[in-house]
Formats: sequence, structure tokens, C-alpha cells
Amino acid sequence: MTLLLTVFAAIISTIVWYKNAPKDDWKVGTLALIYWGASLMWMCDAIFEYAELKDEFFQPATADMINDAFLGLTVIALGLIIWLVVLLAKDPKGALKAKLLSKKN
Amino acid sequence: MACFLVPTTEAIITTIAQKALAKKEANMEIHHEGSSEIVEKTSFSRKLKWLNNMLWGGSALLALEHVWHGEVVPWFPFLTAASDSSSRSEMFHEMATVGVTMALLVTAVWAGMVIVSSRLEKRAGKLAEVVVEESNEEKK
Repeated sequence: MTLLLTVFAAIISTIVWYKNAPKDDWKVGTLALIYWGASLMWMCDAIFEYAELKDEFFQPATADMINDAFLGLTVIALGLIIWLVVLLAKDPKGALKAKLLSKKN
Repeated sequence: MACFLVPTTEAIITTIAQKALAKKEANMEIHHEGSSEIVEKTSFSRKLKWLNNMLWGGSALLALEHVWHGEVVPWFPFLTAASDSSSRSEMFHEMATVGVTMALLVTAVWAGMVIVSSRLEKRAGKLAEVVVEESNEEKK
């Protein structure tokens, strides 16, 4: 479930990035790479888990699925927080800088 | 257990390499300031940044998963599996198998991205050259 939610987040962010490409004022490309990196890593984890559990892998308990879904949403939220920090730190539109400078003046 | 530590280590190495390369490329740009190419190519340090973003992002999100499952704790030795020798060897085994595969897969996908983007840049360069040649001939 975590892998699935992260893959969806990666696909959506990639579509948003592509829609505005080559402009990337919002640094959506960074967000897409963050989610793709996590998706690939979880895919590895899932492959190893499948090799160990076989058919059981596709029959998770309901409680486990709910827990994984919550984890997936939390992971998406953390990805968005990281992206927001990167966006504000890089400030590609210069909005934050302009705001700070105008306050000083 | 601690599989995310392998891509994290790779991320540290590639970040250092990317910073050093970016400095080198900036110096080279000053040298070649006079000459401008028809199609602007993406620098290798920028391409390396794609790998950094994937590795750092993936590792951070995976670290959260480990905290969620109680495998990473805020007190020494920070990894619950590192507290006794039997689970420690299991942890190292997981790092050597799952962790290394994770790092290799992300790097392989990045390598694919670099190859595709290089080919696209070459194709765009050739097209631009043809357009410039045609316009020069028209002027003559």
C-alpha cells in the first residue's frame, strides 16, 4: 500500500512537472524525483518480501493494509514538506527575497 | 532494518562529487565564455543532482518508514537491530542484499535518464545545426 501510494504521488508530480516543462519555477521536478527514488527503493523491498512470502504477499491482513495506507499518506506528506523546504530555500521566483527586502526598506 | 543506510551513504558520496564537479564546470565556463554552442547542454553536475534528489528523497522517506516500524529510535545505538549480535548480523545481511539492490536500481534508472537526455540533446544539436546551415545558404 505504501509503495502504491508513493508511485501514484510520483506519477501525479511527474505529470504536473511535464505540463509546465521546460519551466520549473515550482521545483516540481525535485518533488517527482523524491517520490520516484522512494518508489524504486520500496519496489526493491517488495521484491525481496515477495521472494520470502510468495502468495501471502498479495493477501495482507486488513489491519496491516490500513496501517500501510496511513504510512503511505505520512510519507507523501513528508515528501511535500521536504519539497516545500527546498522551494523556499532556493526561492526560484525570488518572492521570499523580495518580501524580506521590502520589509527592510 | 537499516537498508536505507546504503542509499544514504551513496547520496553523501554523490553529493560531494556533484559539488566538486559543479565548481569545476563553473571554472570551465569562465574559460569558454567567448564561445557559445547552438544548443545548451545540461551539465553533468546537474544530471548528478537528479541522482542526489532520488537518493536523498528516497532515503528520507524510507527512514520515516523505519521510525514508523520502531526500527530507528532516537537513543543510542539508534537502530534497534544493532543492540544484540544475532539481529546485528541479520541487519548487515539485509543491508548487503536489499540496501545494495536499492542503491543499484536507483543508479541504473538514473543512468538510463542520463543516456536518454544525452541522445535527445545530440538530436536537438543536429537539428539546430541543419537549421543554421539552411539559413546561411538562404542568406548567400
